[in-house]
Amino acid sequence: MKKNLITASLLAMPLISMGWEFRGEVGLEGRYFTQDSPYPEADYSTNGSAYLKPEILHEWNDRDDLFTFIPYARVDEHDSERTHWDIRELSWIHVGNGWESRVGIRKVFWGVTEGRHLVDIINQTDQVDQVDGEEKLGQPMINLSLVRDWGIVDLFVLPGFRERTFAGEEGRPRTPLPVSDDALYESSREDSRVDFAIRFQQYFDNGIELALSHFSGTSRDPLLIPQGLSQAELIALATTGALPAGSDPEFTPLYNVIDQTGLELQYLQNGWLWKLEGISRSGQGERFNALDGGFEYTQVGLFGSAADLGWIVEYIWEDRDDSLASPLASDVLLGTRFTFNDVASTEILAGIIYDTEEEEKAISLESSRRFGNNLKASLEARFYTDAADPRSPSALYRDILRNVNTNPGLGPISRSDFVQAEVVYYF
Amino acid sequence: MTSRFLTAGLALAIAFPVTTIAQTPEEKGLEIAREADARGNGFGDFQADMKMVLITQRGDQAERELRVKTLEAKGEEEGDKSLTIFDTPRDVRGTAMLTFSYKTKDDDQWLYLPALRRVKTIASRNKSGPFMGSEFSFEDMRGQEVEKYTYKYLRDEACGELTCYVMERYPTDKHSGYTKMVVWLDKDEYRTWKVDYYDRRGSLLKTLESSDYSQYKDKFWQPAKMSMVNHQTGKATDLFWSNYQYDTGLSEADFNQNSLKRAR
Repeated sequence: MKKNLITASLLAMPLISMGWEFRGEVGLEGRYFTQDSPYPEADYSTNGSAYLKPEILHEWNDRDDLFTFIPYARVDEHDSERTHWDIRELSWIHVGNGWESRVGIRKVFWGVTEGRHLVDIINQTDQVDQVDGEEKLGQPMINLSLVRDWGIVDLFVLPGFRERTFAGEEGRPRTPLPVSDDALYESSREDSRVDFAIRFQQYFDNGIELALSHFSGTSRDPLLIPQGLSQAELIALATTGALPAGSDPEFTPLYNVIDQTGLELQYLQNGWLWKLEGISRSGQGERFNALDGGFEYTQVGLFGSAADLGWIVEYIWEDRDDSLASPLASDVLLGTRFTFNDVASTEILAGIIYDTEEEEKAISLESSRRFGNNLKASLEARFYTDAADPRSPSALYRDILRNVNTNPGLGPISRSDFVQAEVVYYF
Repeated sequence: MTSRFLTAGLALAIAFPVTTIAQTPEEKGLEIAREADARGNGFGDFQADMKMVLITQRGDQAERELRVKTLEAKGEEEGDKSLTIFDTPRDVRGTAMLTFSYKTKDDDQWLYLPALRRVKTIASRNKSGPFMGSEFSFEDMRGQEVEKYTYKYLRDEACGELTCYVMERYPTDKHSGYTKMVVWLDKDEYRTWKVDYYDRRGSLLKTLESSDYSQYKDKFWQPAKMSMVNHQTGKATDLFWSNYQYDTGLSEADFNQNSLKRAR
């Protein structure tokens, strides 16, 4: 054993000297829920969680070849679904003259707005990990990027599909019904369909940035279909108004094959950054369109200090008439960021998303600062106001039987207001 | 080789004829600035490492490390392109900034955030704000193009063993954090040794002192140390430059969104 260790470290030594790098981060998170859970399975008010994200990097050929390996693992105190692991990245990039190939598991981000990342579609959302949807699962891909005077063109072949992660029955926040692991696919090849995407982007020196993209493949957003009821359950529901004891209703995720065309547009003038993202998608019911547009502006040197105050205002609109798909249809985002520009990089962020139709509000507050050179701490709070209590499984099925298509709105996440403290150590 | 130097000398003589007739202090200041700028021209490309030491009033220190790659402008109107990669503090490791500078308009800047794999356009016209919490502002860190200031020569003055031109420099950009700077450049090599910065109210704000100059490619002088002291807060920042390399083979292809995303 000891001998093995010595051999291993002897082997590792030249690796380190030959441009191998090992680094990463580890985070500890504590949450306090300010309301009682509507679900008996998730009846707790504090939750602890931790994650580990190491990175192994290597470069050779004068940095024309780069290797990246980033595994990820999280453990959660209550939710067994949130205890999960993933390969965020395992890739090889080769840089040629005017082109670049990127092969393996990677993460790609498309988009310019903050409210909703409409255009971003390559990676699946790791929703159980972070409620803001910013955390993504690694996506296998072959990506060829061509750099030309007239822009950068990216071609993607995406073999293999990742299902969205959802909180389990013990999770907070969670969906009104637990989400089944047995997803339904429109494609007969299910999760091994090969998807394709293309994106063109160009920057003009008059302040305009433009990107056009098209994706053809399995939708990353599933429709959540309440599972069919058995005859006995149907009769019980019809006669007593409630599902019989012992019944176990679930949502089944349905992944359609879609075609989505996306536009990203940015215009910077006199410190005002105007942004627009739009998509048109077919294949998931009727073709629908969605837009997110607005601006970002920063007031620098506030009151003669070094601090900056940034503003984000966006309007989010969608013409999809399907309550199961999206709780956001005509929303306004107002965000503000206070940056102290101090040694500790102290920041305070506040955001509100206001649903103009349902009059619901989602409020988030975040602040963060650095301690020393390797430690970052953050405090976060998320509140959902004016959101109705989530309907019980029985009520949900009664609505479906009556063909009442009520927008669940923020219902599924209501009564899961929380404050969170997180410490991340970088090694 | 000799003939090339002669040609260069001739070109300079035509562009900036040595005037024997009375020159205003403004004309002389501009002439000095142009000569200092000309001596920095033709570097092609370079890379360097930088360590930043932030010192508080009480003497507490914090460090930041970053690497800079710069490609010299080819055209007249165009400015230099540069890529800055942050190594420490660790939470910003892998963050990279791409800058296209221009002589007469605001720079274009993009920031790559590795955690989100996202490139964001920097919208803020933050010139006077601190660079990474230091006493250097964004406008201190960028290239000092001749066109961004007006000048006024004051006097010659001994600076150490050398003799320096002392001149005032006034930013033309209304978003600058300064009303004027007083600059000390030596008459031999036009190296900047000291700069006094005056804030918008006209009072002395900061002093920059550069030292430990080395010459590269038999032409370009670079300081190994730059110390900025803020007289109003008592805070200071030391920059230590190392590993200066010229002709590293950088090209336009190293300064686009693709290279920004794999800068690390």
